[in-house]
Amino acid sequence: MTAAPDPEVVRAIGEHPLFRGLDAAFVHAVAEQATERRFAVDERLATEGTPAEVFYLVTDGKVALEIGSADQPHLTVETVGAGEVLGWSWLVPPHRWRFDARAVKATRTLVLQGEVVRRTLAHHPTWGYLFLVRFMPVLADRLENTRVQLLDLHAR
Amino acid sequence: MLAEPPPEPADPADEGHPFAPIPYAVRAVAAETPDTVTLTVEPRGSRRIGPPQPGQFVMLYAFGIGESPIGVAGTGPDGLLVHTVRNVGRVTAALTRLTPGDTVGVRGPYGHGWPVAEARDRDIVVVAGGLGLPPLRPAIYRLLQQREAYGRLEIVYGARTPKDLVYYEEIQGWRRRRDLRLQVTVDAAGREWYGDVGVVTTRLPDARFEPSRTTAFVCGPEIMMRLTAQALVARGVAPEATWVSMERNMKCAIGLCGHCQYGPSFVCRDGPVLPYSSLAKLLPLREL
Amino acid sequence: MSELEPASSRVLSREEFPQLFEALGESGYEIVGPTVRDGAIVYDRLRSVDDLPIGWTDRQEAGRYRLEPRGDRALFGYNVGPFTWKKFLFPARERLWTATRDGVSFRVEPEPTEGPRLALLGMRACELAGLAVTDKVFTGGPVSDPGYRARRARILRIAVQCGQAGGTCFCVSMGTGPAVRGGADLVLTELLAPGPHRFLLQASTEAGADVLRCLRGAGRAPSPDDLGQAEATVARAAGSMHRSLDPGGVPELLRETLEHPRWEIVAARCLSCTNCTMVCPTCFCSTHEEVPDLEGTKVERWRRWDSCFNLGFTELHGAPVRKSGLSRYRQWLTHKLGTWHDQFGMSGCIGCGRCITWCPVGIDLTEEIAVLRTPAPPAGKEGKP
Repeated sequence: MTAAPDPEVVRAIGEHPLFRGLDAAFVHAVAEQATERRFAVDERLATEGTPAEVFYLVTDGKVALEIGSADQPHLTVETVGAGEVLGWSWLVPPHRWRFDARAVKATRTLVLQGEVVRRTLAHHPTWGYLFLVRFMPVLADRLENTRVQLLDLHAR
Repeated sequence: MLAEPPPEPADPADEGHPFAPIPYAVRAVAAETPDTVTLTVEPRGSRRIGPPQPGQFVMLYAFGIGESPIGVAGTGPDGLLVHTVRNVGRVTAALTRLTPGDTVGVRGPYGHGWPVAEARDRDIVVVAGGLGLPPLRPAIYRLLQQREAYGRLEIVYGARTPKDLVYYEEIQGWRRRRDLRLQVTVDAAGREWYGDVGVVTTRLPDARFEPSRTTAFVCGPEIMMRLTAQALVARGVAPEATWVSMERNMKCAIGLCGHCQYGPSFVCRDGPVLPYSSLAKLLPLREL
Repeated sequence: MSELEPASSRVLSREEFPQLFEALGESGYEIVGPTVRDGAIVYDRLRSVDDLPIGWTDRQEAGRYRLEPRGDRALFGYNVGPFTWKKFLFPARERLWTATRDGVSFRVEPEPTEGPRLALLGMRACELAGLAVTDKVFTGGPVSDPGYRARRARILRIAVQCGQAGGTCFCVSMGTGPAVRGGADLVLTELLAPGPHRFLLQASTEAGADVLRCLRGAGRAPSPDDLGQAEATVARAAGSMHRSLDPGGVPELLRETLEHPRWEIVAARCLSCTNCTMVCPTCFCSTHEEVPDLEGTKVERWRRWDSCFNLGFTELHGAPVRKSGLSRYRQWLTHKLGTWHDQFGMSGCIGCGRCITWCPVGIDLTEEIAVLRTPAPPAGKEGKP
């Protein structure tokens, strides 16, 4: 059931920092079934524990990553804004969201299908490698930022 | 190499004894956070300290308790001084308990502050972490007073949670200004917060400035200053133009007691504001 | 002071030497100098020549100090003890001011800085270098210390040239002794055999010459033999010195070796006892203490000696910055021999050897520098002892 991707979406994906400058054929391939989607303030983009079938390229607005539990109020641990990527659970088994994501501003995103991107990376290892070189720093930065948060620098 | 005896001492009453605090009256106390207050003080008599430059500090004295080095967060007419104090010890506990009409001792101002004048015609990036904002506040106002003399003005302010943000109302005012760009971020927040969440360095990529003609003023916890300076330098800001404000134990504040040494520097006298170029090799060292 | 009148130098016999004390008294000085107390030669008020450590010397090695009879009647036949002249200029405890409640406000009265004029009798060449260091620290910066400045202006410096090297001395290598090259008002050289026991006194400032004038012709002008014997005396001291510390390149060395494995080895021995800082002629660290009365109406601000080896020295927001003994020893040594140059344009070490003698475990900074000069073994290749 492969539908030809919307050329506007393909163009937008190619302009996002994660894909900018990568092979046009690769961008075209990952854009299969990709859509543009807008979220209103407080609208949910992801729910912890549910299947992570997609990930988002944020093109405008702001999304909060939240951790919640029954006895604790929701805690925002990070916000993701324009030019950034939301979600890596699609890449890492068992492909379930590890946090809640909620728009805190009116937000525009490009929604990519995890299964499509995984398949593309697997079939084209060279593209796959170049993509992961782009994607790893996203994870590395998040990890480093989390470490700094753990230091709780502003506590006395 | 052996020095001849120095001349006879001047009468200490002439220009004031370097260790004697001058009494100031507390005019106003504003609660900033549960453990932080902003004190506005004015001289009780004719004696007052000299005019502080942005980034300088004073020794604030609580009678019978002791002294603590506190950055100058603001100045006003008639020798008025503003200080934001967080309760982190015996002296600061006493300072944060002061009420209007009480007396506090002041001596100073001390040290080298932000090189605001030297940064004319350049883009300015101000990065504050937590209580790093108060010592930057006079620099921000100095820049705004002579706004046309500078390029872009980017301010990035990070705190632990929204409740820990100081000068909240004032910051709302900055947010509305068109002659500066302000980003505020917190390390963690509840659902009531619709702003950015993430450590202060996560906001730097969104700051707009031309690195080759940028001067940065950075103040906050030491690790935050180090990571921020690294990020700015990685983006192309000169280490010599990246200024941080160091903090160390201080007793005398005039380079005589030895407590505040950091490598070759007396933080009280050579700092507290120092260029990152002189600190880059020292900051990663433990227990220096 | 090269051009001095003939009265600017005298030779006093041992019998005439008490007249120097009289001349100093007449000139308005109280005399402080070496005296034996509690098994050591310390600096204190002297009432007469008899208070000097007559016939005593000090045997010193790393971690060891003993007084022994010399077998002669020398007055200055020792080297340096646990005290330094520093305490007469920068007292171990000193009131800075007194504050009194005054309605809702308070009044601050700075401590008066009057005091006696002191003749410091028996300053060694290294100690004069130490005085130059503390002068720079307390009066060479943007703000002078009022107490130090006042006391400094009231002293007369009477140097004694060394006739022997102590077991831990290394002034020759540091370029600070044993010959007195300046910085004194009067220079004294004790001449023992050959010839009768006598003292060569040479004034090098007007204040020193004034004291010699008070001798009213006692003694005689020095002969070429006296001058030659004085030179030989100092040369003997220099020749008998076994320790050395080559100060060349030490600041750079210490900048580059902050993570040398040697620090761990020396830190394992260091007790953080602060002895080295207490006996050092140039250590200047101090803390301020608030001493309130019981009624809360009057407060005294005291300054007392502190040490970078104390855990609380670097306390910041309730925790010390330098927690480990390693970091504190490293701070002391890198400051003394390294960053002191950045701060004051000179070394903080004057080669007196006190920190070696009075270290309970005998840590020797000359040895530490020598080891730091040897390249560090590559990380991970060699086990730590």
